[in-house]
Amino acid sequence: MENILGLVALACGLIVGLGAMGASIGIALMGGKFLEASARQPELMNELQVKMFILAGLIDAAYLIGVAIALLFAFAKPFAI
Amino acid sequence: MAAEHAATHAPTAGEYVQHHLHHLQKNFSFGNAEQHSIVDFSVFNLDSLVYSVLLGVIGCFILWRAARNVTSGVPGRFQAAIEILAEMVETQAKGVIHNAASRKVVSPLALTVFVWIFLMNAMDMLPVDAIPSLWHSAGPALGYMNYMRVVPTADLSTTLGMSVSVLLVCIFYSIKIKGLGGWTHELVAAPFGDNIFLYPINFLMQMIEFAAKTVSHGMRLFGNMFAGELIFMLIALMGGAWAWQLNPLSGGFWLGFGQVFAGTVWTLFHILVITLQAFIFMMLTLIYVGQAHSSH
Repeated sequence: MENILGLVALACGLIVGLGAMGASIGIALMGGKFLEASARQPELMNELQVKMFILAGLIDAAYLIGVAIALLFAFAKPFAI
Repeated sequence: MAAEHAATHAPTAGEYVQHHLHHLQKNFSFGNAEQHSIVDFSVFNLDSLVYSVLLGVIGCFILWRAARNVTSGVPGRFQAAIEILAEMVETQAKGVIHNAASRKVVSPLALTVFVWIFLMNAMDMLPVDAIPSLWHSAGPALGYMNYMRVVPTADLSTTLGMSVSVLLVCIFYSIKIKGLGGWTHELVAAPFGDNIFLYPINFLMQMIEFAAKTVSHGMRLFGNMFAGELIFMLIALMGGAWAWQLNPLSGGFWLGFGQVFAGTVWTLFHILVITLQAFIFMMLTLIYVGQAHSSH
């Protein structure tokens, strides 16, 4: 029982941690490119901003789904005996 | 399970969250029921259904009122707000659907989807225990189970139902624009080329694409709202832990403060999340319908 609890806790940490890492790298790359692109062509800024927000939501979503699953593991206890 | 326990002792943190994650479920003869497997078609979630239909009616009523009282003179603030919204959706639709006839149907559809999902997501802004605690005193007296979840989009059935509806709209437009023959031909010839040996692989790829599009469309909204709701519950638990202590000032004082602080911060951040997710759902609806128009 304690074994399972420990493994589930580790799994939740890995899900949230690795997910956060991936999402941060993704958002950072995209935000940097967005700033670069709008510095080169400021007239495209509004158009790109909409697309950037969509992509930010898409990148964020994978991570937040991971957070939801981790929280489910932590509180709803699907692995409890 | 948690309901019986709660009568005898104060629920633990796990019991509190589990109780709040339980839908008010009914089977099709309208008796109390409980879901036993992940996919169970013999029950439906009454709370999600009631709240989503109610919010849909409210959303349609607001837009209908705006359209009724519209004036070509100086618009009021209400009309201007609705006009900004409708224009925003129309601009986005023009960018991805290059067919004026379909846009007449699809952009109002996208507007409805946006308003509806936004309203459903906005149920997260209500205090997480407000309606469930009202139901705690009203529901069992009326013969219902003591379960209530107020955010319909934090229910996988709602979001996957909507994404499957979008898939049906896409298939409808594929057949309407390309014809049944053209669409069938595209199904077997699309990504790799029109060659009889490639037909099975092409068809498999198309099916995978449809499944991935639909599932990720629904899961994205669900995941975001579910995580948001769970975090609101955890924040509420901080105040709960504070209130359960014998002497509230002894050491748990900062928990009560933490609930107010974390609740404020998360609610403010959540305003961005709910708007963004409603916008993304609308945008992807438009993009998928736009893809149904383009032939390969």
